[in-house]
Amino acid sequence: MTLAKAIVLTGNGTNCEIEAAHACRLAGFDEVKIAHISELLYGEVRLDDFHFLNLTGGFLDGDDLGSAKAQANRLKNARITGTNEHLIDQILRFIKDGKLILGVCNGFQLMVKMGLLPALDGTYLNQSATLTFNDCGRFQDRWVYMKCDAASPSVFTKGISGGIYLPIRHGEGKFLVESQEVLDKIEALHLSVLKYSDSDFSAPTMEFPLNPNGSTNAIAGLCDESGRLMGLMPHPEAFLHRTNHPRWTRESLPEEGDGLILFRNAVEYIRSNLL
Amino acid sequence: MTHRIEINLKKQVRDARGERIRREIEHFLHFPVSSVRTIDVYSIDAQLSTKELEIIAAEPLCDRIIQSSHINSSAASDFDYLVEVGFRPGVTDNIGRTAREAIEYVTGRRLEEGEGVYTSVQYLLKGELKPADVEQITTGLLCNTLIQRYRIVDFASFNAGTSAPLGIPKVTAETRATVNEINLNVSDDELLAISKDGVLALTLEEMKIIQEYFQDSAVAEQRKKLGLSENPTDVELEALAQTWSEHCKHKIFAATIDYCDENGNREEIHSLFKTFIQGATKKVREQLGERDFCLSVFKDNAGVIKFNDEYSLVFKVETHNSPSALDPYGGALTGIVGVNRDPFGTGKGAKLIFNTDVFCFASPFYEKTLPARLLHPRRIYEGVVEGVEHGGNKSGIPTVNGSLVFDDRFAGKPLVFCGTAGFMPATINGEPSHVKTIYPGDLIVMTGGRIGKDGIHGATFSSEELSESSPVSAVQIGDPITQKRMTDFLIIARDRNLYNFITDNGAGGLSSSIGEMATECGGCRLDLAKAPLKYSGLAPWEILISEAQERMSLAVPPAKIEEFLALARKMGVEATVLGDFTDSGYFHISYNDATVAYLPIDFLHEGLPPMQLKGVWEIKKHPEPQPVEKSDYTGELLKLLSSLNICSKESVVRRYDHEVQGGSVLKPFTGVNDDGPSDAAVLRPDLESFEGVVVSHGICPRYSDIDTYHMMANAIDEGIRGYVAVGGSLDLIAGLDNFCWCDPVQSEKTPDGEYKTAQLVRANKALYDYCVDYNVPLISGKDSMKNDFFDGVTKISIPPTVLFSVIGKIDDVRKTVTMDAKRPGDIVYLLGKTAFELGGSEYYALRGFVGNRVPRVDALKSLKRYRAYHEAVQQELVASCHDLSDGGLAVALAETAFAGGFGMEIDLQRVLFSGVACDRTDEVLLFSESASRLLVTVHPENRDMFEKVMTGNCFSSIGTITEETTLTVTGIDGSMILRGALDDLKEAWQSPLREL
Repeated sequence: MTLAKAIVLTGNGTNCEIEAAHACRLAGFDEVKIAHISELLYGEVRLDDFHFLNLTGGFLDGDDLGSAKAQANRLKNARITGTNEHLIDQILRFIKDGKLILGVCNGFQLMVKMGLLPALDGTYLNQSATLTFNDCGRFQDRWVYMKCDAASPSVFTKGISGGIYLPIRHGEGKFLVESQEVLDKIEALHLSVLKYSDSDFSAPTMEFPLNPNGSTNAIAGLCDESGRLMGLMPHPEAFLHRTNHPRWTRESLPEEGDGLILFRNAVEYIRSNLL
Repeated sequence: MTHRIEINLKKQVRDARGERIRREIEHFLHFPVSSVRTIDVYSIDAQLSTKELEIIAAEPLCDRIIQSSHINSSAASDFDYLVEVGFRPGVTDNIGRTAREAIEYVTGRRLEEGEGVYTSVQYLLKGELKPADVEQITTGLLCNTLIQRYRIVDFASFNAGTSAPLGIPKVTAETRATVNEINLNVSDDELLAISKDGVLALTLEEMKIIQEYFQDSAVAEQRKKLGLSENPTDVELEALAQTWSEHCKHKIFAATIDYCDENGNREEIHSLFKTFIQGATKKVREQLGERDFCLSVFKDNAGVIKFNDEYSLVFKVETHNSPSALDPYGGALTGIVGVNRDPFGTGKGAKLIFNTDVFCFASPFYEKTLPARLLHPRRIYEGVVEGVEHGGNKSGIPTVNGSLVFDDRFAGKPLVFCGTAGFMPATINGEPSHVKTIYPGDLIVMTGGRIGKDGIHGATFSSEELSESSPVSAVQIGDPITQKRMTDFLIIARDRNLYNFITDNGAGGLSSSIGEMATECGGCRLDLAKAPLKYSGLAPWEILISEAQERMSLAVPPAKIEEFLALARKMGVEATVLGDFTDSGYFHISYNDATVAYLPIDFLHEGLPPMQLKGVWEIKKHPEPQPVEKSDYTGELLKLLSSLNICSKESVVRRYDHEVQGGSVLKPFTGVNDDGPSDAAVLRPDLESFEGVVVSHGICPRYSDIDTYHMMANAIDEGIRGYVAVGGSLDLIAGLDNFCWCDPVQSEKTPDGEYKTAQLVRANKALYDYCVDYNVPLISGKDSMKNDFFDGVTKISIPPTVLFSVIGKIDDVRKTVTMDAKRPGDIVYLLGKTAFELGGSEYYALRGFVGNRVPRVDALKSLKRYRAYHEAVQQELVASCHDLSDGGLAVALAETAFAGGFGMEIDLQRVLFSGVACDRTDEVLLFSESASRLLVTVHPENRDMFEKVMTGNCFSSIGTITEETTLTVTGIDGSMILRGALDDLKEAWQSPLREL
């Protein structure tokens, strides 16, 4: 394979697939496939043929059993029709092959609840954290500043100076961990790559609405130790052009939005390491 | 057996849902509750092994980081009262459905028919409460007894184990294939009783038309051949009632009206709809000539206009008032996912790109006593806001524009307007996407959800006033995920050309959707026994008219049916062939082999003669307040900013995802702190292009108290004004009208029907006059004509209300203008003249008056001004623009200033005035709501260019933007009459609804 290929998974309530695919194309992916989950479950599309898996935002199964819970259960248990292969086998192979997964919002919730993040010591499928109801008790659509940890292993955030500014749109974004030990490890390994902060990106904050959900240690985004799996509550695919910015008519901004860098880093990593 | 799995939060985890309920109990019911904790209960009625049960409880149903699960044992502890709330039988249980699927993934097998999962929630209350208090908390807040059941247990009884659980709400009725005949050879009184008892909403005249049809011997002869008697079946009577309902047939808009104006001039109007609405569009299209952009108007589920050569734009706005009055959450949720299906079912089907919502409520702080059955406005507010939140957000459609309008007469019926726009390629598989055809032989296919008893008689029920005996079954709960799956599937089916025709199943259910489709090709043959049901026990007539949600009806050619059904199966969507379309001329319905309805298409659709109405207009004089002369109006401005109709709705708007799909350009809130109110929304439906869609609306029911003609004119102008302010193009702009009226049919219950009919006529006349003058075609619309409450004693009628929605285009979104002041030194202009037009204003309302001087719109002058302004926007000469509406100039100044974070110095002496000199007072200039005015700021370097572009129009510079953080206004005598710190003004504006 010489082409950089991204796949965006949809179905059962995912709803940011168009803009996620657009972000991948803008970033330079040669091929971008929006695949309905049924195409994977029927064996018509295989994850093995791609380098970058996008688990995008939405309301998987209406978040009826808690955000993304039903999809986590589906991805763990569903079988590829007519075979003995489980979809989860493809996902684990995808990770083992050194490929990239980015989970945004509902996709981040999914990764955490499947145990793909933080997956300390590489123990994938072992859930050790969760995302639950915002402290304010309500869904919120507002923009947030996130300080980026430059020492993080995340391949998606390379080159971000200070932080980034993106919208959140969720009711269940409060990050909680199983134990203090898990949290300590996350922090020690610099896995908490993005934290809600003030507008200068100077320090993480617990203050509403800068921190819109009351997340532990203001954690907005998280990666695994390999840096190739990352999830975040804010939506990078929602800020690709300056006209997405809430104050673009009064501030002078670059043409390109803050969200694009994550996708650019993905394609660059793939070109350098996987092709 | 039934297993119970209870899931509770671990002790140290904050219960956000419980805390919210505790706050609401404290705030609105004033009971001392120290804590509320919640438990989710899954009652699983299925054969499962112990091991399976353990996996289900541990994995999909429980998040073990924060929750614990309890199998067949109670999770509850440490409470004073436990309240458990679950659904009544047959009510849609979305969480139960998802849990069922999760269980199937775990066990690897399908649950059997009849097996199921039912959910309920337990609320653990702690506090010094009496049993009666808990009862009130339960029925007043936790449980809507129309659709839900509850049990209350105190701690002692709970521990003693003496309280029985709720039990599962399983529908266990047997399938009854029985069809009843109704003998119509009876007295008039009995005919009326048949209509009333059956919630048919048919008048005596209509019943007699049906009676006459069935008395025809030729009809009887033909029916005999099919095994039908000379009496109609219940299926036939129900089909006629749905099709002829006000909701579906719009009888009032089709009526022949004898109208008499205030001078005694009479005219006969043959159909308001044809004369004024279709008439306006026809005239505008002639005026547009080659530039006409209308593609499909008034014939499909939504209007279609050209966006550019590649894409078409689809738009529809609906109301869902009656269901929202009974079950605000379910009613509003169904409203939004219901209107989604309109553009989705337009042409070959459109991708949905945004929602709009406008709600009209009584004050959430309403303190007067309400008649029984009416929910408190606060509860309606909460429920509707949440229903639309779930419906819109879960469907992945951004909610970009809307408003909340308050008037205590909406206590009788809230108005819930939901709009949705769609976007589709101009051609699909080489054919225009807005055209569709059915051929005889095409198969009738229903996709999506199953049919249940939910939503039976929705169409006929909403054609009557709300009363204490309004039917429970009329309420439905939408399921956005089932619908999302279906739309994901159908868009692919559309692009593969797998169907010929698509339409929505809404009011009237299959009866309406298939009935209307049958007119396309001249007949149908439908077998109700083939329809998939949620549970057994539905009679054939119920299957035909159920308004169970999330269903589309299609015509699929036989050659494509296999591919269509296979794709549906693969994508987890149910699709069923119910029969075929014919050219027999008959609406032919069977249940298995037996014919249960056989009605000529012509009779079904054209059998109803127009209703006759009389409208008599009179000008009602309201007391006119004395002018006030004050040395300082700061207090009045602060009060206005805090009035419900003007104050910030940010707490509601932030709950709606307004950015999904990635094309957000102008958001509901803007300015230095993202909290100034935008006049319209702008978005890019195609991320590869900078062409944008602009959407706005106008609504001003208060003016109806003076004259509905001017109410309509102002609503149109307000919609266009907001659209123009942000940069919308006047060359591609269309309107939609949604009329919500109180019953205008003269009767004992409505002694002032002739006046209300005249109000309706006047609003329609204005609609025609102003759309023609503004050159804005109407592309779709809807009416809801029975917005009254009457329980035999109290009657509450809404003020006549029209929502005028505007949709159009901005050629380059990078030229969008926002309303916030941009920089100190900028010049502030007011475009348009101000007149003494305080009648119906927010300012008079504050003083307790209606007055008489309602704002009048001069469309030709305004259009010229709007065009000049648009040219200034095109040349990028405008720094900000805010439209003047509720509260007039003073409110617009305050909003512009605090949104931008800059002060303003304004001089009223420079404001242009129209009228006699003695009327030109500070009070009038500050608060008059004269139409068609825009507050514009311009950088000094653009002053000359801007003024040149605006030459020939009424405008004046009235002040400047300052570094200060105050708004100051100098009055006409040169002294300062208003001085407000931006923080104080903003606080007054933000505080009223902040906590809701």
